Amino acid sequence: MAEEKEREGTEAIVADLHKKIKEAFEVFDHETNNTVDVREIGTIIRSLGCCPTEGELHDFIAEVEEEEPTGYIRFEKFLPVMTKALLERKYRPIGEDVLLRAFEVLDPAKRGFLTKDELIKYMTEEGEPFSQEEMEEMLSAAIDPESNAINYRDYIAMMVIDEN
Amino acid sequence: MGSSSSSQHHFAFQNAEKAFKASVLIQRWYRRYMARLEMRRRCTWNIFQSIEYAGQQDQVKLHDFFSYLVDHFTPSSHHEREFLNRMFTEERFAQDVETEKGADYESIEVPDSYTGPHLSFPLLPDHATALVEAFRLRQQLHARYVLSLLYETRKHLAQLPNINRVSTCYSEEITVCGDLHGQLDDLIFIFYKNGLPSPERAYVFNGDFVDRGKDSVEVLMVLFAFMLVYPKEFHLNRGNHEDHLVNLRYGFTKEVMHKYKIHGKKILRTLQDVFCWLPLATLVDEKVLVLHGGVSDRTDLELLAKLDRHKIVSTLRCKIRKESENREEQKRKVNQTSSGQRPTPWFLPQSQSLPSSPCHLGSGFKAYKACRSCSIPCSSGSVDHKEQSRRQVRRSVDLELERCRQQAGFPGIKEKREPLPWAPDDADCDADAGEVLEPTPEEWKQVVDILWSDPMAQEGCKANTIRGGGCYFGPDVTEKLLEKYKLQFLIRSHECKPEGYEFCHNRKVLTIFSASNYYEVGSNRGAYVKLGPALIPHIVQYQANKTTHRLTMRQRISKVEESALRALRQNLFAHSSDLLVEFKKHDASESGVITLSDWAVAVESVLHLGLPWRMLRPQLVNSSGDNVLEYKSWLESLAKEQLSRESIQSSLLEKLYRNRSNLETIFRIIDSDHSGFISLDEFRQTWKLFSSHMNIDITDDNICDLARSIDFNKDGHIDINEFLEAFRLVEQSCSEDHASACLQSTDTAESGQSSLGAC
Repeated sequence: MAEEKEREGTEAIVADLHKKIKEAFEVFDHETNNTVDVREIGTIIRSLGCCPTEGELHDFIAEVEEEEPTGYIRFEKFLPVMTKALLERKYRPIGEDVLLRAFEVLDPAKRGFLTKDELIKYMTEEGEPFSQEEMEEMLSAAIDPESNAINYRDYIAMMVIDEN
Repeated sequence: MGSSSSSQHHFAFQNAEKAFKASVLIQRWYRRYMARLEMRRRCTWNIFQSIEYAGQQDQVKLHDFFSYLVDHFTPSSHHEREFLNRMFTEERFAQDVETEKGADYESIEVPDSYTGPHLSFPLLPDHATALVEAFRLRQQLHARYVLSLLYETRKHLAQLPNINRVSTCYSEEITVCGDLHGQLDDLIFIFYKNGLPSPERAYVFNGDFVDRGKDSVEVLMVLFAFMLVYPKEFHLNRGNHEDHLVNLRYGFTKEVMHKYKIHGKKILRTLQDVFCWLPLATLVDEKVLVLHGGVSDRTDLELLAKLDRHKIVSTLRCKIRKESENREEQKRKVNQTSSGQRPTPWFLPQSQSLPSSPCHLGSGFKAYKACRSCSIPCSSGSVDHKEQSRRQVRRSVDLELERCRQQAGFPGIKEKREPLPWAPDDADCDADAGEVLEPTPEEWKQVVDILWSDPMAQEGCKANTIRGGGCYFGPDVTEKLLEKYKLQFLIRSHECKPEGYEFCHNRKVLTIFSASNYYEVGSNRGAYVKLGPALIPHIVQYQANKTTHRLTMRQRISKVEESALRALRQNLFAHSSDLLVEFKKHDASESGVITLSDWAVAVESVLHLGLPWRMLRPQLVNSSGDNVLEYKSWLESLAKEQLSRESIQSSLLEKLYRNRSNLETIFRIIDSDHSGFISLDEFRQTWKLFSSHMNIDITDDNICDLARSIDFNKDGHIDINEFLEAFRLVEQSCSEDHASACLQSTDTAESGQSSLGAC
């Protein structure tokens, strides 16, 4: 009995997840033929609450792509992989505190800020580098024009408010 | 030393690794943030589009309403007959007793107090430039000059071929601009950024100059002025909005009457003719075809070049040429056969090539998208029984209407064209037999196709049921056409794009849209395209609103999102009753709560907008947090937001809200002389008809009460604008700066499918 109930519970959760995934997918399914451009997969996954690295994203895409990549991802292939990822809580989002510590690593002198040049250097030369567009967009919101620096505590606080 | 250097090395390596990891973390987090923004942006866009398309379906619903009238309404009094007459008879504006001559505007005096620009002909470049400057300073051109400019424009246009040819030999570069929709700021910006028109700088404006925006008049004046000044270099194509019937609905008629209270009628009449004379397309270097909508698999450029474009007064209504004998025959046969030439209201979309009731598409926006992917055109399903009984009723109504018409002294089904004011050569207006004044069905279809069609990704060619005219054409259609006429690519407009432009069909079709911030400030960019002798398109984008430049992407998206959500909440409110019914279905135990999942399902089944409700839910519902919603109090909170007067019943307001776009259109049609007033009687009649068709439960008393609570003239007339304004149905202040937001509210959806049933 308990097992059955548990199964029902899981089924309900999965059903719910399926609806969520379908909805997110459909936002980008312009032709309504259950496919989306592969370049939108990142946006879809992230909007569902996941926070993969670019590397993880590439792996995910490899899993859902066709044998011969067409540039499009089909929903039938996407759904099971995405569901699994959500159930397993893969690609968990980063907490504020972790983010703060990451900035502090880049600011060993503990000044409380990074200069614009430092930010650019790290974001475009380290890790999984930003494109020029991404860099410009981040700078527009993050850099205080007077100090030409990013006060990362304030920045994080502002972004977190935005999200909610 | 060895160990210390290696530990230093190790330390350095660890630091580098840390920096690497930290960077990845930040990047990863940032990319997620941006992705969520992008999702919001897309959802917002979808909201606006779905509401816009649902609004377009209104036109179709109006058609259904009047079809219903024809089928079921038997006028029971002389008044009602008269009323029907007005709706069902061709309204040719030149019904005034005085015959007007071309130089009629000369009798209009310009007072000394007038500080606006003066025009004299022939127009010089300085005049045109001065005009732009004057409009930038918010001056208004005097009616006399408007009319004289229109007369000159008409004279010029009448000399032009249907398809204009432009060459990059003469002007080195050609700039093509898309829809402007009365947004003067965008036009001024284009001239500022790209330069004013000149012999070295050719321009092509690809239609839809008017409607929706608040400065359609000024936009037209500027475009016409430059065309007269630089006739070889400045070209205009007709768009589907260069059409007096479309203008009735989408704001241009209203704008003209508002700005020119005395001479507005004359101006509109003149414009009706000027619009018909606009060329249909422009060909650049014989290689690039520029037209407003698109093409179909039947598009025939030779036919388009030859036909008399002036005959196509409106693409919404087709007076098809028929031999007079045929008509007589059919009139006689009306008793016996199943469908005669059913008289239809002159202002209605009447397509010869589309299914009659294309509005039953289930979920509107999704179905729109779905249409593009299925190969079977959407049909209304099983309406056969209704169709049968309709035909029977129709026959008797046909007779009734014929009687009305004869009673009122009208010449019957075949209309005669009134002599037009300026053309002594229009001696063909004495149309008894011989002279043909109407286009053939084929000609009409050709023009509708190029003005209304949209490209689609799938191959093939399907009827464009959403717009009610034209088709969806696939890449194969484009390919065939380009090959047939040895063209390189197509430039068209007609559709709003977030970036102001979009390539499709393997870069063979370019959509260019020049009205930035079309839905809302920050919603989209505008763009124009430049072509040099190599005919390589060079796109320039812009957004004619300084405030958006200072905002971050997040802020821009938030602003537009707010506006979209407001429109959506209005929409939800307008369906409160139906939503309540639907919610109750999910609440069998009558607990007063439903799950949020059920909420999403219920809302979609009522609104049919095809939107991601689960995603939007956090912004529409403040739930208690445990995944359930008290739906009644939620609906109440929606109502509170919308109600401006406590004295008005919420249900009544809701009904008006839902139907306001149609109501306004109906009012304006009744107000055929554009006086801005209709009589209380006409108002009551309209309401009675409309509400019975829509199954709206409102008593006559309700209506009288409402009317009385507004200040209307003691002579029993209702100022249309006042009435609509009283319920915040129409934003009167078109001259104010927040007009763009206002104008949204006049076009938002009334997709009350459930109350329509299967009509």
